Amino acid sequence: MELHKLRRVYIEFASIVFRDGFLDNQYTLLQQLQDESEPKFVLQVGTLFLEDSEKLLNELRSILDQQDVDFEKLDAFVCKLTGSSASIGAKRVKDVCMAFHDCCKKGNKEGCLKCLQQLAAEYRLVKRKLETLFKMETQILAAGGSVPLLSQ
Amino acid sequence: MSSPRGGDKERGRDGERQIHVLAVDDSPVDRAVIAKLLRSSKYRVTAVDSVKKALELLGTEPNVNMIITDYSMPEMTGYELLKRVKESPTLREIPVVIMSSENDPDKINRCLEEGAEDFLLKPVRPSDVSRLCGRMRS
Repeated sequence: MELHKLRRVYIEFASIVFRDGFLDNQYTLLQQLQDESEPKFVLQVGTLFLEDSEKLLNELRSILDQQDVDFEKLDAFVCKLTGSSASIGAKRVKDVCMAFHDCCKKGNKEGCLKCLQQLAAEYRLVKRKLETLFKMETQILAAGGSVPLLSQ
Repeated sequence: MSSPRGGDKERGRDGERQIHVLAVDDSPVDRAVIAKLLRSSKYRVTAVDSVKKALELLGTEPNVNMIITDYSMPEMTGYELLKRVKESPTLREIPVVIMSSENDPDKINRCLEEGAEDFLLKPVRPSDVSRLCGRMRS
């Protein structure tokens, strides 16, 4: 696909991702931080986020599998995911984390289980969006172009 | 750690001594983002993933102009790091900034009362970093 088309498809896809709230302007900020010294910064941080989130979700599942849930430990992991999702701009994941945090504070196991289910679903969705964005960004750069900056 | 330690003062391209910021966060994502934000403002950054490593570095590297630390970390928290720094005669002048994803007024007040320079909510933004510029230890 020629560069002009690649950029257009990228912008169209990204606009929907932003419109539907999967990503917010924090992602744009990360794009703006990318420079010659770290030309793959967004890809690196995004990949870190996906890897780290899988680990955190596994930790959350493991804690909630216990008969006696350690809500403090659970909340600690939820806070980690809140921070990293905020840092990458994964807004919907962050929003579920905040609801999850409230359930942890109240010691509400059922609420936590529902939040975990929602969180896993939102994570799967944003993972697909990010992977598609990264693939397109790589294609644009390989074609000699620059990645358009996105915004809400 | 993402930056070499050294007894000699690090200098930027124009020969000016670079401001050295120690960033502490156990989240690899947040650590990468805060380090990049700081480097984009031309600071020299050392990023570590625990308070233990931060204290080890502070014991050997005297030229730290600011510490920016996450609040919630396993083993030792950012609050505990803050207390250790403020209790130390050699470290107490280093400004300490706390970061957190949680907007908890009690937590914020506790940190400020303990001598934190500032308390930032994640995600940290360039405007937050700009605000810290004038508060680095000289």
